[in-house]
Amino acid sequence: MTLVMQAAESSGSTGEQVTFWICAFLIVTGGLGLILSRKTVHSALFVAQTMISLAVLYAANGAPFLALVQVIVYTGAVMMLFLFVLMLVGVDSSDSLIETLKGQRVAAILMVLGVVVLIVASVGGALSNSTSLGIAEANEEFGGNVEGLAHLMFTTYLLPLQVVAALLISAALGALVLAHRERIGERLDQTTLANRRVAAFGDGVHPGGLPNPGVLASSNAIGTPALLPDGTPTELSVPVPLRGKKAPEILNDPELIKAEQAEIESISESESAIRDAGLAGIGGHTDLSDVYPDQLDPDEAGTGETELPPAPDDDAKPGDA
Amino acid sequence: MPELSAFGNDPFWLVCIKTIGVFVILVLLVLFTIWAERRIVGRMQNRIGPNRAGPFGLLQSLMDGMKLALKEEIIPVTAHKFVYWLAPFLSAFAAFAAFAVIPFGPEVSMFGVVTPLQLTDFPQSVLYLLAIASIGIYGIVLAGWSSGSTYPLLGGLRSSAQMISYEISMGLSFVAVFIYAASMSTSQIVSAQQSLWFAILLAPSFVIYVTAMVGETNRAPFDLPESEGELVGGFHTEYSSMKFAMFFLGEYINMVTVSSIATTLFLGGWMAPWPLSLIPGVNEGWWPMLWWLLKTCLFIFGFIWLRGTLPRLRYDQFMRFGWKVLIPVALVWTMLVAAVRALREEYAEASNSLLVGSALVLAVLLVVLIVAQVAMARKNAEPEPELPTGLVDLEDEIFPVPPMPGQTFEYTPRTQAPIEQGEDETKKKEVSDG
Repeated sequence: MTLVMQAAESSGSTGEQVTFWICAFLIVTGGLGLILSRKTVHSALFVAQTMISLAVLYAANGAPFLALVQVIVYTGAVMMLFLFVLMLVGVDSSDSLIETLKGQRVAAILMVLGVVVLIVASVGGALSNSTSLGIAEANEEFGGNVEGLAHLMFTTYLLPLQVVAALLISAALGALVLAHRERIGERLDQTTLANRRVAAFGDGVHPGGLPNPGVLASSNAIGTPALLPDGTPTELSVPVPLRGKKAPEILNDPELIKAEQAEIESISESESAIRDAGLAGIGGHTDLSDVYPDQLDPDEAGTGETELPPAPDDDAKPGDA
Repeated sequence: MPELSAFGNDPFWLVCIKTIGVFVILVLLVLFTIWAERRIVGRMQNRIGPNRAGPFGLLQSLMDGMKLALKEEIIPVTAHKFVYWLAPFLSAFAAFAAFAVIPFGPEVSMFGVVTPLQLTDFPQSVLYLLAIASIGIYGIVLAGWSSGSTYPLLGGLRSSAQMISYEISMGLSFVAVFIYAASMSTSQIVSAQQSLWFAILLAPSFVIYVTAMVGETNRAPFDLPESEGELVGGFHTEYSSMKFAMFFLGEYINMVTVSSIATTLFLGGWMAPWPLSLIPGVNEGWWPMLWWLLKTCLFIFGFIWLRGTLPRLRYDQFMRFGWKVLIPVALVWTMLVAAVRALREEYAEASNSLLVGSALVLAVLLVVLIVAQVAMARKNAEPEPELPTGLVDLEDEIFPVPPMPGQTFEYTPRTQAPIEQGEDETKKKEVSDG
């Protein structure tokens, strides 16, 4: 730490020092936040914070190319993929703090110490034995930061670059192979799925969505009449051109009505209680034929009727609600 | 033509003026774009569009903005407050920040100081644009996640997948420009196009960029992250009031930004188009800002036209197009450009015709690829089923369905009471049952 402080104080203007201390604070808090946050997404965000602060430091130290590539590659692509996976896997999952591998923590601490010693020894040794010219002079040789990097990459370090490229390509291929799955059956496209749904309809599985809340019918197909609160189907809800056969069948088939009524009764007690209470005050008609005359004029269908039929049990007196 | 050394010497007050200038231009352009979009799409759909607030309805978007700012803000209980708050700011910040390196014109004299009409520039400024764009994605992804709700999450995930995919082909389309401009700074790229626009010289790159930029801004026909039929509003479903306004602002600034990047990299930036460029003095002083504005507005109109014309792609089609068409084509094209460039270094002649020739070959290849894909899709498609004609068979035992095209009812609902027929049927049935 003292080394870093010395480095910060010995080099650069006050502006650079201010930048350093702000970024250093952000980098360290980002690193701590990564370890200490309970939510994995927060950890990922802290890593992004560390990465961007590092990029700012790179830029301040005369390496804008490195800074921008750091943001594009690490913050923009790698970290984003991490976030992607974290969000998909578990939006709110927080890791348990139970040690799953025995002695893992001790081993981890030892490893970290080892790596620190290794870095300090190698980098420190290399730095103390060399005289640094400064990045300005290094850039000047080829006329700029990018040009200098390009020159080094495509002359002195061409072979390492190619090797790294080969490694990356094999890694990508490996990922492809691991994620690859042999397709056993035919590919299911939209048409196939739709056809299957229609075929299943023949066996009684309705292809449409489940009925909406409050529709109180076993299907929300356009030809299925909605049910009145007492469980009797209402013809009004069926469009006129579709009243040809199936809908009136339901309307007149006592067994079907019974089945629908059984379904209604299976709705929980509290719900039916609410329904009763809500409708008790509105009731008045007891005879359904008062509300729905047998001969319906199609012009009036679905327009004039606003009154609701009575609740199933007439015991509930008006005013109970 | 400003050299790179012309940047970074401005006094502080001039930097402030330029920053405020860029901000004002952006906000005005956004207000104009929203209005223009509604008017133009309205015209394309045979309606009028907003025409009440101000002349031609020009103040409509300003009024909408004020309304948005004054609306009640609703924050979901399940939202992660800090991230929820951070996301719209990230989005808007990235949108504004990208404009720092867009050149509006050459050097002009401002209050006695000669300065380029550009906030700043440096040797890697196009990379800066890419970096800022990748930070902008965070705004959308975090908005999706922090809302604590399903639709925004799906919208955010879709958006990040889409933007990362299309950023690859976007970056690849830049490479050819870098090779030919021999620079990654926006002002140098503009001056490299003095004789010939890169849109012509590097036509495939231009086409790839223009395609990728629509995907990058989440605009129709690539607006899957906010496809309202599937995801309500996508990542900003749970946002309201000012925070929603920030996303709205960010989206439209992004449109302006990618349009002006396209202008800068491919259409010669602020330089006057060909017949005009013959007039002396047309590329000096403040005039170039007008050319820049016109070219940018051309792209914005393209965005609006696309929205008025094309239906939304399905997500898998969209991804397949990005990964299996755009990226391979971009890769091959980039390699071709690099090869031609290397050849030119070795053998000075014959490189231009080679480049033009390879561009043509590639264009033909692309067309063949698309045609082949369409043909394959046609071939694999099932033959059209024969549609029933005539009357609807109400006796048929199938579930009652609306008439197919070409079919009619034997009665119309208003001329005949169909209920009687239904009753007759049921009566018959009762008789037969009984």
